[in-house]
Amino acid sequence: MADAIPLRARLAAKGLDGVTLLVLPAAALLLALFLYPFGYGLWLSFRPKDGSLLGNYARFFSDPFLYDTIFTTLALAVPVTIVNLLFAVPVAFRVRLMRHQRLLTTILVLPITLGTVLVAEGMLNYFGPQGWFTRALVSTGLFNASSIKLVHNYWGVFLSLLITGFPFTFLLTLSYVTGIDPGLEQAAATLGARAAERFRHVFLPLLVPGLAITFCLSFVQAYSVFPSAVLLGAPAGPTRVISIAAYQAAFEEYDYSLASAIAMIMGAVQLVVVVAVLALRNLFYRGPAAGAKG
Amino acid sequence: MTAVTLEAPPAVATGPSGLRSVGSRLWIVAVWSAVIFFIVNLLGIIAAVVTSSFATRWLRSWLPNDYTTRWYLSAWDEFQLHDVLLVTFQIVGAVVLLSGLLGVPAAYAMARRDFPGKKVMMLIFLLPLLVPPVTFGIPLATVLYQSGLGGTMAGVVLANLVPTVPFVILVMIPFIEQIDPRVEAAARVFGAGTFRMFVHVLLPLLMPGVLAALLLVLVRTIAMFELTFLTAGPSSQTLVVALYYAVFAAGVRAVQSIDAMAVVYMVTTLIWLVIALRFVNPTQMVTRSKRQSAH
Repeated sequence: MADAIPLRARLAAKGLDGVTLLVLPAAALLLALFLYPFGYGLWLSFRPKDGSLLGNYARFFSDPFLYDTIFTTLALAVPVTIVNLLFAVPVAFRVRLMRHQRLLTTILVLPITLGTVLVAEGMLNYFGPQGWFTRALVSTGLFNASSIKLVHNYWGVFLSLLITGFPFTFLLTLSYVTGIDPGLEQAAATLGARAAERFRHVFLPLLVPGLAITFCLSFVQAYSVFPSAVLLGAPAGPTRVISIAAYQAAFEEYDYSLASAIAMIMGAVQLVVVVAVLALRNLFYRGPAAGAKG
Repeated sequence: MTAVTLEAPPAVATGPSGLRSVGSRLWIVAVWSAVIFFIVNLLGIIAAVVTSSFATRWLRSWLPNDYTTRWYLSAWDEFQLHDVLLVTFQIVGAVVLLSGLLGVPAAYAMARRDFPGKKVMMLIFLLPLLVPPVTFGIPLATVLYQSGLGGTMAGVVLANLVPTVPFVILVMIPFIEQIDPRVEAAARVFGAGTFRMFVHVLLPLLMPGVLAALLLVLVRTIAMFELTFLTAGPSSQTLVVALYYAVFAAGVRAVQSIDAMAVVYMVTTLIWLVIALRFVNPTQMVTRSKRQSAH
């Protein structure tokens, strides 16, 4: 404090004063309830019941009942995410031209708000053997009632991820699409580019970064599917996803060490896919999509 | 340049338009049919739950034989909905209050100060929103159970704060940034301390943003299944977790009874959603702060 400039003023010059301290309670909460559990889980995963260092990981990757869950989950999450994205882009391009988007976006926010559990219960009614959807298919005469099985299998979970995942993907895509300056499209049209060309050469390059982020967020959601895989799938077999394995280890076997290891593997797979997609993104154009003057 | 702009529009408007417009019209029809098909099925799913909850007997027909409200009474008793609703509102209320108290001041510091380590702090606030709840919920539940908080209401509230506090921070930062700092400087010139300035100057200005953020937290917490499911015990279940257990044990109770409970859950969520939508754009529920920061 003997300095010419008091400590308080020097800290304030660096942006540290009473106001900055307001961030501390929230930071402490996340340190204690997010970062610490992650670190503790990682540490715990290397302390299996048998006392070895890598026992959990060795068990996971040698037991097909456990390691197959990675591929089961990928086989659900990747196709669903791609379908959602392929469907979301053209719809977002039409909706962007609409004046009254609010009704549509409000309807689409419903499944996100109501959540997977309610959608699962509704789907059991609607897509079940006596449900309206099945009845409608049978009444067209093209399908046999016994050949339609849409719940308690792979397709039940797939459809539920489509119904809760599409609105999420679409609303994200829409916010990226509407962020592109319409002047760029008008310029391309003025220069004689047709709709398909405008999409291919103007919009797509500008959209790729946003679509990569959308893909990552949608994929991560789909990859951690839990309630609908249990309620609408066949949780003992074809839709035994990785979160079911982690849940069973923790709450049925009470082996928190193995559960933590599975959660870490789950996080790692998500990270690998996200990093791969973002690395691909870097091969494309990155820059302002709003368009600047001059 | 003028030559191009003058010549080009006819090439777009006419030219091969006879063929192209049929193709593009077909494309537009296809896109809208897909959207309508999606929405019809979505509304069908919801309508099926509501119809079933009022049905006396609904087998092998398009519509139930007759309608009744008795399933609501039986669901109210069977699933102890009175207790479940009470627990739900206590947990949700605590989460909303605490995430406001922790999130808004933190957002203020993040919006107004540039301090060393701010980027790392931002990353810490972003991660709980990007990492799905099941992934961090299992280590979190382990820590809570080992510290004796697992299965209690306090544990459920703490677990739910992990995504909601960062959510409030990220929604509030752009909102605070658009308030002129000179308003605060004026308050300080007149001798207000940080606390008085916060209560008398900032809070009234921030109220619309705080309200919107907290309503979204409310809706998200009522519907938050994974974290509550992993940390709740028998006496700290929220409505959505109780609904999961009811659907999971389907066959024990009548389907209509479960559907009546689902309708109670749906109404609880939708009331708040309708209120929230008066203050926020639906896309904001997904894209968080992106739209506001664009201004």
